[in-house]
Amino acid sequence: MGGYGDVQMIDENGLRMDGRSPGDIREVTIETGVIPVADGSCRMTWGTNEAIVAVYGPMEAHPRKIQRQDRAVLDVAYNMAPFSTTDRIRPGFNRRSREISKVTKDALESVVMLELYPRSKIRVTIEIVSAEAGTRCVGLTAASVALADAGIPMTDLVVSVASGKINDVVVCDLNKEEDNYGEADLPMGILPNSGELVFLQMDGDLSQEEFSQAWEYNMEAAQVVHGMMVEALKGGGSQ
Amino acid sequence: MVMNSGPVARPDNMAKKNGAAGPRGNIRGQNLVVPGEDLGDSEDFEAGHGVIAISGRLKAVKQGRLREKGGSISVDPTHTRYIPRPGDLVIGYIEGCTNNLWFIELGAPFNAILPMSLGPGKVDFGGTRSVMDIGDAVLCRIQEVEETHSSVVTMKGMGLRKIRSGVVEEIDPHLLGRLIGKGGESLRRLKAEADCRIVVADNGRMWIDGELDGILDVRNKLSVISDRKNGGEN
Repeated sequence: MGGYGDVQMIDENGLRMDGRSPGDIREVTIETGVIPVADGSCRMTWGTNEAIVAVYGPMEAHPRKIQRQDRAVLDVAYNMAPFSTTDRIRPGFNRRSREISKVTKDALESVVMLELYPRSKIRVTIEIVSAEAGTRCVGLTAASVALADAGIPMTDLVVSVASGKINDVVVCDLNKEEDNYGEADLPMGILPNSGELVFLQMDGDLSQEEFSQAWEYNMEAAQVVHGMMVEALKGGGSQ
Repeated sequence: MVMNSGPVARPDNMAKKNGAAGPRGNIRGQNLVVPGEDLGDSEDFEAGHGVIAISGRLKAVKQGRLREKGGSISVDPTHTRYIPRPGDLVIGYIEGCTNNLWFIELGAPFNAILPMSLGPGKVDFGGTRSVMDIGDAVLCRIQEVEETHSSVVTMKGMGLRKIRSGVVEEIDPHLLGRLIGKGGESLRRLKAEADCRIVVADNGRMWIDGELDGILDVRNKLSVISDRKNGGEN
């Protein structure tokens, strides 16, 4: 959060800078099977964010020391391409990408039935090729679609959506300016069929009412995005 | 398949506008399920492959086509990984070796081992690598699968050998039925048309040996099967 509270991002009609109402999300497209050599893959665009995810496995886990005798291990790697933002990103892992890889892994471990493949590994590679705001949400959602596309048994899909606060108004799905100059950000990972939560982070401060509103927005948006994920997965399965 | 939303995705009207809230209205779409999809009461049906029962409800855990047979409901996945079973004929690649055994990659979640005693012919201790090196393809049979999913393969048996000629192709194991056909009819026809020797292994790999034109014919046929994998036929 940039903390520039005086930047006006909502007009007198209650519309945001890109013309959306507070509860609207950006345009979303989902495509499966985009990487032929991968076991499962997904390209997801969310506004100007674009993530490409490839899933390989389950496969023998190497090195052997990472093997777990009772379940598979998820190897999640989130990375932003150097050209994904206007400022070039230095290639390779950094503290932020490690953190996002970890929270994505933790969220996916809640749904993937890892106990069916002891001593093996499932590799999930998330590459952000265009970044605006909310790349962790796009990465997690696309990873869940790619895992389903790979035929990995899962108890549910994961939809990740963020809401936040700008000019003291709670809004759904922040764009870049809102993310930079807003007052709070609340990304959540939601299991759409059960309404359970597998991931929650909060940056900035929200009152109890604001938190509830952001929660509502996220839950509503998750149902919409889930419908599109189902459509993309089922569409990929028909001719 | 590309799924597009409108220019601005609005939770309250988008589902109706794009029809994104659920399956499409065609018959084919109704049979397809995705992980987490509710399949009804667990008292009505037994949970088969790709289905679990949670709190009295059946839930799909894999993406695929729903199948209902003999009081049980299961999902035929659109993508699968090979799971070894004793007696399966498989084609594997040598991934590593020690003084007395080889590690074989079968396209399964777990590698298999090929002990020196079950290898091809007589092998001296420490001489595994001179007989079969890393990257070599072998035609072998699953001898044993342990509870821990470790499997042992053997090359003692008729026709089991190191592959020295031809090519090895791969398709999803669940598509083998479509390749082989009823009573092996499609495979017989393919062999006759391409004039090639084709050995189909249970892990979705096949060894094709013959003239280049024939091999290319078989490859084309395989790509057609793989492209059609999600079609309406079963």
